[in-house]
Amino acid sequence: MKIHKYDTVIVGAGGAGMRAAIESTKRSRTAVLTKLYPTRSHTGAAQGGMAAALANVEEDNWEWHTFDTVKGGDYLVDQDAAEILAKEAIDSVLDLEKMGLPFNRTPDGTIDQRRFGGHSRNHGEAPVRRSCYAADRTGHMILQTLYQNCVKEGVEFFNEFYVLDQLITEVDGVKRSAGVVAYELATGEIHVFQAKAVIYASGGCGKFFKVTSNAHTLTGDGQAAVYRRGLPLEDMEFFQFHPTGIWRMGILLTEGARGEGGILRNKDGERFMEKYAPVMKDLASRDVVSRSIYTEIREGRGCGPEGDHVYLDLTHLPPEQLDAKLPDITEFARTYLGIEPYTDPIPIQPTAHYAMGGIPTNVEGEVLADNTTVVPGLYAAGEVACVSVHGANRLGTNSLLDINVFGRRAGIAAAEYSQGADFVELPENPAELVVSQVEQLRSSTGTERVAVLRRELQETMDANVMVFRTEQTIKTAVEKLAELRERYKNVSIQDKGKRFNTDLLEAIELGNLLDLAEVMAVSALARKESRGGHYREDYPNRDDVNFMRHTMAYREVGDDGTESIRLDYKPVVQTRYQPMERKY
Amino acid sequence: MATPTLDKADAAGTPEPGFADSPYITATFRIRRFNSEVSAEATWEDFQLEIDPKERVLDALHKIKWDQDGTLTFRRSCAHGICGSDAMRINGRNRLACKTLIKDINPEKPITVEPIKGLTVLKDLVVDMEPFFQAFRDVMPFLITKDTNEPTRERLQTAEDRERFDDTTKCILCAACTSSCPVFWNDGQYFGPAAIVNAHRFIFDSRDEAAEQRLEILNDRDGVWRCRTTFNCTDACPRGIEVTKAIAEVKKALITRRF
Ligand SMILES: Cc1cc2nc3c(=O)[nH]c(=O)nc-3n(C[C@H](O)[C@H](O)[C@H](O)COP(=O)(O)OP(=O)(O)OC[C@H]3O[C@@H](n4cnc5c(N)ncnc54)[C@H](O)[C@@H]3O)c2cc1C
Ligand code: SF4
Ligand code: FES
Repeated sequence: MKIHKYDTVIVGAGGAGMRAAIESTKRSRTAVLTKLYPTRSHTGAAQGGMAAALANVEEDNWEWHTFDTVKGGDYLVDQDAAEILAKEAIDSVLDLEKMGLPFNRTPDGTIDQRRFGGHSRNHGEAPVRRSCYAADRTGHMILQTLYQNCVKEGVEFFNEFYVLDQLITEVDGVKRSAGVVAYELATGEIHVFQAKAVIYASGGCGKFFKVTSNAHTLTGDGQAAVYRRGLPLEDMEFFQFHPTGIWRMGILLTEGARGEGGILRNKDGERFMEKYAPVMKDLASRDVVSRSIYTEIREGRGCGPEGDHVYLDLTHLPPEQLDAKLPDITEFARTYLGIEPYTDPIPIQPTAHYAMGGIPTNVEGEVLADNTTVVPGLYAAGEVACVSVHGANRLGTNSLLDINVFGRRAGIAAAEYSQGADFVELPENPAELVVSQVEQLRSSTGTERVAVLRRELQETMDANVMVFRTEQTIKTAVEKLAELRERYKNVSIQDKGKRFNTDLLEAIELGNLLDLAEVMAVSALARKESRGGHYREDYPNRDDVNFMRHTMAYREVGDDGTESIRLDYKPVVQTRYQPMERKY
Repeated sequence: MATPTLDKADAAGTPEPGFADSPYITATFRIRRFNSEVSAEATWEDFQLEIDPKERVLDALHKIKWDQDGTLTFRRSCAHGICGSDAMRINGRNRLACKTLIKDINPEKPITVEPIKGLTVLKDLVVDMEPFFQAFRDVMPFLITKDTNEPTRERLQTAEDRERFDDTTKCILCAACTSSCPVFWNDGQYFGPAAIVNAHRFIFDSRDEAAEQRLEILNDRDGVWRCRTTFNCTDACPRGIEVTKAIAEVKKALITRRF
């Protein structure tokens, strides 16, 4: 075991982690621990764009953007945070441009902007062009630009280091962050990083679903690490199902395709979104479009022999426009489906896409231990966190924005904190939990296989807690998850070695997914209403009287070692906007 | 060696519902294995599996790892060609495993899978990427401007100026190009095509003001002049970047000092 000491440790090198690192490295001695090489992070998969009311191509302002964000989130958004997001959006896009990001340009040479779902002029009047983009590779360009600037700033990376535990020490009855424990993939060695401040920027957890746009590595390690240490997770029942994933594979086809004029059609060729969202049509908010697609499928208007998908039709758009604005996604259709989007519609279905919930933080990125108390020295930003700017449903292009705005804020806040603070003493045997977890898996002779359990987990989640949920389906999932968690104790791996043992890490990642899936299902069961991404067929309406509040889920361990989940609730911050019915 | 048979999955044993009419095939994957904890020698190992030929080579590797041999080791993340984790030599050519469909690489014969060449193999298909990233970092891969006071708004750039370096912005640093280059195999000191591609991305960016410095770096004996224009890199690039053309443009800029 090795012990390292840094002022600030950042967990994750996606957009949020690297944006934080650029700030934090300037102000404090910083280490970035990342399980992937930075440029492999899933921020690179983002396609469509990043929202900011630059007003480069038409009238726009940050207040309209705030309103759209709040409405898009079905009013579960903390409005003070949404206002910061929308205001700081403008500088955060300009900062990226100055760092070198090659945005698409208007004829005058300014940053070009395009339409995206849920973004409107003047509080819902008509779609507005607010998304700044670089073809359909905006995330790739953000990730590359941030990495380039990390190289420039000399950011210190520990690549292929998996953070598996959060260290917390109680000082005078206050829980404080003392550091993290990481596993080095290349050698199997365990490292303790003592740090004054720790920032989690470890991304989402979509891999508990089968059809998903998320990478294999998005397994919620950060959420699981803090949750296991008794800190809450907020709003985990809210998960976004993106309307247009490639049929069966889940690979994303950006909403920008509809922003450029693409149309969803059922088997009769009907533009069915006109029925469900007369104004915004195909560009209504994602939860609305995903439900509409499944309604079409359920009512027998789906395409294909099994009627289990619909079409994204781009055939009326000029090939030059597809080549210039959507080169990557049209190539995905060619590569993976053998379909030519110039002439043929693309089969799609909703795909599990984005975790609105996560580690609760305030607007400085400080992690909360309960509804109000912060954990000194602990920060989170990006998809792992819940500020909450996305509420019950995130608007497209608001996450690339989130990682830049709140990644920057967390980086500054953490570094400033660590400049004024002392190291917190490490707990005795800091690596104990990780050592025992690793040893247990390496020596286990159990009969359960990781791949089998993961498959069952993903199938259960797709079948029971996806776009449509009921008490019955969620209970089925909860029971199945309890069974899987029990069987997980009996899991064994084949690779017993130290070097590059990805067999071992997949087992650990599965454990994290199982923990988080359970939190999601239990939170969803208790929320007896429908709001944003959480749709209960047995409670189809939003219920502001009982549920205009954030869920806070805590892990409890009884005296006999039994684990359970305790749910509590946190008020929503409302400033300017009174909840209204959400129509598109 | 078993010859793969093309058999229609029968109704009872259909591995995946819905693909009832899709022909599952038996394919052999011949994989280069190396694990220093087990042996100092690398060996070939054959795995047979039933698979839909429309699936990716990455899916096949996962099936092997998950159902047959958990020790098989490779890197991967996004599974659709944008993260650059899984460049490997498949049937003798550098490709991304997640962007290569089995039907496109003749599954009638054993499919060979090896680590990319020229970088030290650490385990199975995993190589040491450090020298590759070092070469990238050495070309100053970031925008450098000399203006004393930052503009308040964005810098302007015409669509044409933006287009000038569009191709080289697509790079995902997968190393398929560099590790297909015979010059790099013989001399690991050579910067390699990927680093030159990333230098190109800035040299031809109208906003950047350090082209001269980067060109000097590439004027080195391990720089662009080592390129022998074999086009392996362009063939290998999964992003369709015209790598050889980018290198030629850098060479030309070195001579004319115009960019
Ligand atoms: C296909 C796709 C398209 C999208 N398109 C858009 C879009 O157009 N606009 C938009 O606004 N949003 C989009 N999103 C959402 C957005 O891209 C993501 O929410 C955002 O990029 C997440 O960034 P992040 O920095 O939080 O996490 P990531 O980029 O996922 O990075 C996570 C980092 O954490 C590290 N990590 C994880 N676990 C550990 C561990 N245990 N130890 C150490 N390190 C760890 C990883 O190595 C990685 O570096 C899209 C998402 C997807 C999947
Ligand atoms: S130029 Fe192409 S092959 Fe080379 S590293 Fe970049 S993406 Fe990979
Ligand atoms: S797994 Fe990301 S490029 Fe292949």
